[in-house]
Amino acid sequence: MANLTRRQLLRTGLAAGAMVTATQCARGTPNNPAPGPTVNTNQTKDVTLRFIGTGVSQINEIRQKAEEDLGFKLEMRALSTEENNQIAITQAGQYDVFDGEYFSLPLVVPSGNLQPVDVSRITAFDQIVPIFTTGQLYDGAKVNSSQGTAPHRVMFLTDQESTEFAPEPTNWATLIPFQYNADTLGYRPDLVGREITSWGELFNEEFRGKTSILDIPSIGIIDAAMVVEALGLMTFGDKGNMTREELDQITQILIEQKRAGQFRAFWKTFDESVNLMSSGEVVLQSMWSPAVTAVKAQGIECIYAPLQEGYRAWGGGIGLSRNLSGIELDAAYEYINWMLDGWVGAFLGRQGYYSAAPENAKKFMSQAEWDFWYEGKAATEDMIDPFGTKLESAGAVRDGGSFNDRMGNVVVWNSTMDEQTYLVQKWNEFVAA
Amino acid sequence: MLKSWKSVEPYLLVTPQTLVFLLFLVFPIATIFIVSFWEFTGYSMTPGFTLENYRNIFTSQVSLATYLNTFKFVGLVWFFTLIIGFPVAYFLAFYIDSLRWQIILFLVCTIPFWTSNIIRMISWIPFLGREGLLNKLLMGIGLTSQPIDIFLFSDFAVVLAMVHLYTLFMIVPIFNSLMRIDRNLIAAAEDTGASGFQVFKEVILPLSQPGIAIGSIFVVTLTMGEFVTVRLMSGGQAASVGYLIRNQIGSLQYPLAAANAIILLIVTLAIIFGILRTIDIRKEL
Repeated sequence: MANLTRRQLLRTGLAAGAMVTATQCARGTPNNPAPGPTVNTNQTKDVTLRFIGTGVSQINEIRQKAEEDLGFKLEMRALSTEENNQIAITQAGQYDVFDGEYFSLPLVVPSGNLQPVDVSRITAFDQIVPIFTTGQLYDGAKVNSSQGTAPHRVMFLTDQESTEFAPEPTNWATLIPFQYNADTLGYRPDLVGREITSWGELFNEEFRGKTSILDIPSIGIIDAAMVVEALGLMTFGDKGNMTREELDQITQILIEQKRAGQFRAFWKTFDESVNLMSSGEVVLQSMWSPAVTAVKAQGIECIYAPLQEGYRAWGGGIGLSRNLSGIELDAAYEYINWMLDGWVGAFLGRQGYYSAAPENAKKFMSQAEWDFWYEGKAATEDMIDPFGTKLESAGAVRDGGSFNDRMGNVVVWNSTMDEQTYLVQKWNEFVAA
Repeated sequence: MLKSWKSVEPYLLVTPQTLVFLLFLVFPIATIFIVSFWEFTGYSMTPGFTLENYRNIFTSQVSLATYLNTFKFVGLVWFFTLIIGFPVAYFLAFYIDSLRWQIILFLVCTIPFWTSNIIRMISWIPFLGREGLLNKLLMGIGLTSQPIDIFLFSDFAVVLAMVHLYTLFMIVPIFNSLMRIDRNLIAAAEDTGASGFQVFKEVILPLSQPGIAIGSIFVVTLTMGEFVTVRLMSGGQAASVGYLIRNQIGSLQYPLAAANAIILLIVTLAIIFGILRTIDIRKEL
């Protein structure tokens, strides 16, 4: 028996095979949904633009339409926000076009990997919503004085060679915006049983063990700040740029809540938040707009609550790699102009995102769609998303109402703080507590 | 001529393996080691030499708590994989005579690996969740009136999922060493009047030690670096060293993450060294 027989060899081989399979399986990457399959179409020009971006807009339908209209090829990579930043900062050679969020810019721009966009080459630039340029939406709107990394604070650079943000509009933009939204708490009206009108409810004992918060430090901390501010537990100089003392204090509050069992779980990806909500594990949590839509698409009631304290918002846009020049650079400008022309805006608009040039998007939307998504009016027909799923029945009204009601009530933006390193450290402390 | 070829031959044969080893193991670890001394400026790292990263880790309550939590998981997972894995291996080695059935039953043991981690995770929710099958069952037979929350998104869930995943790594080496035990030794022990328990304690257990040691090394190293299962099954509420490192990488704090990785490597190697000192696995090889 001590000798190695052929059978035993077979057996060991089998076991080794199982082990290899096992180690392979153990290496999942649940945070990054696999990018959609790439389909090659016949190339009409030699240019291929390589995109990196988050899943929101790295979508095959958009790529196909762009290739059809523009005649050159696009390669898209869907990444998590963190990976997107990592590649933008450390792997400059891997991309031509950076599709990222404004709050990433204080990290990405100092790397010098982006070249400023020449505003004079952007045909629809004057139609871009002023949130991005001057920061003013309309008189008396809360968003005019919103805190955090508001897009207009990081929208412009002082000149073409600079990596310094300009306080006033210049001819050199960091990103050309195309999508943004106002985020808030989502809840299950059937399980909550009443209307939620304040961020403070997230820490209400009534929902102990049934709430969740976002486990991305730059975003989660802002949601937490909205909650403690609403409850009057703390006040902030600037929620989007906390001091060390403020971070210490808010982490302490979060740890107390965690120890008391307030949270059911923390979520990091879109899918997780949908699962938590649709399974009923969580009844109230911070959410992203399409996640609410995904819960509703399963036939489960879910409300994206307009809250009295206002919204936390985010914005995304397109930036150009420093490596781009000549014909590739021209192609990238063509893409940006195409992107603002309206088709993309309408496509994303049907999922609840806003377009940076809404008037152009309107040209590609039906009157009923425009009224529902932008005007906050009751739907006169069923609302169908770009992939053919029915989102709302006729008669429904968008949670939070019109564009001006929602974006006008943004009080804070996703942020990169001066104390970013310290924030991550404190956040780890919260997770480990 | 032929003679000189003979002397070069072993070196040539060993070259590909050495290159792979240097390129994919030694070089990356050396890089991590170097980066762990670099400086970090908030969003980028600059080459330099600072002990700040290590000082940070050794003085922080968070890293201490995180390491303790990781050890807790390692201890629990090791214990449960052993007490589940050993009987399974014992059964396969001593009670199943046909090779065909041994192979079939081994394949049954690999079932947890037939789906991806994310699918397993999603399937735990309808089973362990508040409105899940288990809670429905317990409430149905009247054992509890309220759903029990700790089944999911808890340390319990983390340990359960890891035991589910890693028991196979314990079974295989133990089975291997059990198969090598000369059956005559058992017969001899029985002939000299040993009881079933004495046979187990005096013959089988000592001879299966190398298998237990190898299985333990697998389970300990896998659990020490684990972050996916910890994150998913605890709902992000429990920390492990791997998860801490992952968070730091996500926030571009590479030097700090590298320093943590080096410490994790040293700690894990120390544990393996401890296991190897206690049990001589060369008998197995």
